[in-house]
Amino acid sequence: MPTTIQRGSQFELDPGKPVRRHPVTEEVIQPLHTISLLVRNKPGVLVRVSLVFSRRGYNIESLVVSPALSAPGASEISGDFSRMTITCSGDPDTLEQIIKQLEKLIDVVHAIDHTGQSVIESELALIKVTIALKERTEILQIAEHYRAKVVDYGSESMILRVEGETDKIDAVIALLKPFHIAELVRSGKILMVRGSLTT
Amino acid sequence: MRCLEREGVELLFGYSGGAAMPIFDALVDSTVKLVLVRHEQGATHMADGYARATGKPGVVLVTSGPGATNCVTGLLTALMDSVPMVVLTGQTITSMLGKDAFQEADVTGITYPVVKHSYLVKNAADIPRVMKEAFYLARTGRPGPVLVDLPKDITQGPCTAPMVDEPISLPGYHVPGRADPELVKKAAAYLAKSRKPVLYIGHGAVISDAGPAIMQLAEKLQAPIVNTLLGKGACPEDHALHQGMLGMHGTAYANKTVANCDLIFAIGARWDDRITGKLSEFCKDAIKLHIDIDVAEFGKVLRPDVCLAGDARLVVEDLLPLVKKCDSADWLKEIGTWRKQYPLKYPKKGGLRAQYVLDRLDKLGGRDCIITTDVGQHQMWAAQFCRTTKNRHWLSSGGAGTMGFGFPAAIGAAYASPGKKVWAICGDGGFQMTLAELATAFLSKLPVKVLIINNSYLGMIRQWQELFFDNRISGADLEGNPDFVKLAQAYGVKAWRVKRAGDVDKVLKAAMAYDQGPCVVEAEVVKEDNVFPMIPAGAAVKDMIIEKPKHRMEKPQGST
Repeated sequence: MPTTIQRGSQFELDPGKPVRRHPVTEEVIQPLHTISLLVRNKPGVLVRVSLVFSRRGYNIESLVVSPALSAPGASEISGDFSRMTITCSGDPDTLEQIIKQLEKLIDVVHAIDHTGQSVIESELALIKVTIALKERTEILQIAEHYRAKVVDYGSESMILRVEGETDKIDAVIALLKPFHIAELVRSGKILMVRGSLTT
Repeated sequence: MRCLEREGVELLFGYSGGAAMPIFDALVDSTVKLVLVRHEQGATHMADGYARATGKPGVVLVTSGPGATNCVTGLLTALMDSVPMVVLTGQTITSMLGKDAFQEADVTGITYPVVKHSYLVKNAADIPRVMKEAFYLARTGRPGPVLVDLPKDITQGPCTAPMVDEPISLPGYHVPGRADPELVKKAAAYLAKSRKPVLYIGHGAVISDAGPAIMQLAEKLQAPIVNTLLGKGACPEDHALHQGMLGMHGTAYANKTVANCDLIFAIGARWDDRITGKLSEFCKDAIKLHIDIDVAEFGKVLRPDVCLAGDARLVVEDLLPLVKKCDSADWLKEIGTWRKQYPLKYPKKGGLRAQYVLDRLDKLGGRDCIITTDVGQHQMWAAQFCRTTKNRHWLSSGGAGTMGFGFPAAIGAAYASPGKKVWAICGDGGFQMTLAELATAFLSKLPVKVLIINNSYLGMIRQWQELFFDNRISGADLEGNPDFVKLAQAYGVKAWRVKRAGDVDKVLKAAMAYDQGPCVVEAEVVKEDNVFPMIPAGAAVKDMIIEKPKHRMEKPQGST
């Protein structure tokens, strides 16, 4: 339970980070923040959490919910708790307020912003590309370079499965853009802090 | 029902309906008394008034669908002002949930943003645990409303689950108690350096009963006190160090004190926009200290120099031994000059003034009564002229600004405080929103005295339109008001009308002495009067208007 407030430092942006652009529209994107929550697995928790964002006009970029260990330090999954990993963009002050409002929810055990921490992050994407005969080799080259797996190979389309950090997936999508991407499904980012810190 | 009895609930405010029938049936055999209201909104405000007057959670019982949706305004009112309340709503049977059954509404869904927490009970065996948690959540930490949605099949069936005795397990809920001692020391160090301190007292001080500790602190430091609208009563407003209410319609000397201080110490207050006005100008160079039980308040509006997370009373008590007298003699003298220079005043001529009626009410024993208000001009005048000297004797809807709050809240307060007189100060607009509860008050012979300040306008709206919108009156004229005296009499309630200043004392004394149940005093006051001082929304404290300006004013920048 926080009894002191650190003045903004934990939410300050890394000045060295380059500007992020949307892989397709190339618009500048606000730096992304990833928040992980440990919540009680109760009906309505997701609504309560998303209301904290929507009330302030904040958009959630991605959200992953999964079963969590039953208590910190426990090894079994009892179904009492869930993990939420939320990626969103926005200014640090509002984000700080959002985290506090999330912490305030009765069913939220903790909410942590991992911006600037040393973390392992991962995301999965399925990309369906419509292919013309002469484009096949080039697409397969991209797939091989990024270790994307071709999980479906038809005469008119193929599906690539690619796993990795969000930036890597953005890059694959950007490279496939000149071809025709028919469908795109991303799992959303999951993340875990290295070492002894809590996620 | 046994769960309610275990929580020490003596009465609940309710309105019956199909889906809540099993609970109403159980009431017949219970020690819990039912107050049957005339509209569910009234029930929530009564429970709210009961809770504000006692600190104990007020309990509401209503049915599904419209019964529950009529409670939404009351929930918002309670949430914004941190009032402990438990609202039980009937619901359609679990197998029909989500199938558009008769009088079905997604009540937990509708109310998520206006509750501290809520439950939809889907298993009868959960009832004891849920009820225990609901009361615990409502009254601890920063209090607030908790809603429990109870499907009819759950309340109908026998609940064989034992009462819960083990401690409540809520791993995501923490209640701060005492603040970090290092930070308390830091706050004391800042106070020691201050020459122009001011204590800014909010509702948190009322809730935690921090008043006596704050008075000790103020006297030890020799620091002036100001309070918010909801902070009224924590510290006696007639004390020499007390400068009254600050903010948009606060006293000029309270606002000058705040504008010129070198340290402002918020105790259970949240730097609301009614207080700060233009934020970039607010106490620009002053040190800011902040006690709050809700850590989400720290840094929400501005960044204080020290944030003390904890219960206001405990933190002030911990701080007391660490402070000594400030070198504030010059500062108090300066404030004294402002008091003389800018006293609260109003024109004595030109018809009956609301300010005069309220001033007289204060002088004729109003200070010993519990006072509730609606929202608008009368609320601000009451806040200015009715000095509050006792904790939990001033009940007003602050954050939500709910019209129609005053009268039902007074009924709740009267139930909570037998033997005390309760005055509901209402406007003609607000009173008409919940006046059906005259029947509730009459049936119980409650000593609720309603003072209707009738100017036949939504006066605060009219004031803004006059000052900022070229006097283009729109949607503010309440033409068609009923004869309030005849209306009260239709409910069997004693009523007086007063039109002349000379009659005010006589009527107020008669109402004060009336002990046969509720009564109504209608004061027909000057139609077009304005509340001053005023800091236009979004303006700086230094831009305060002390009397009616001669020139046309810009539309205010702030929200409302």
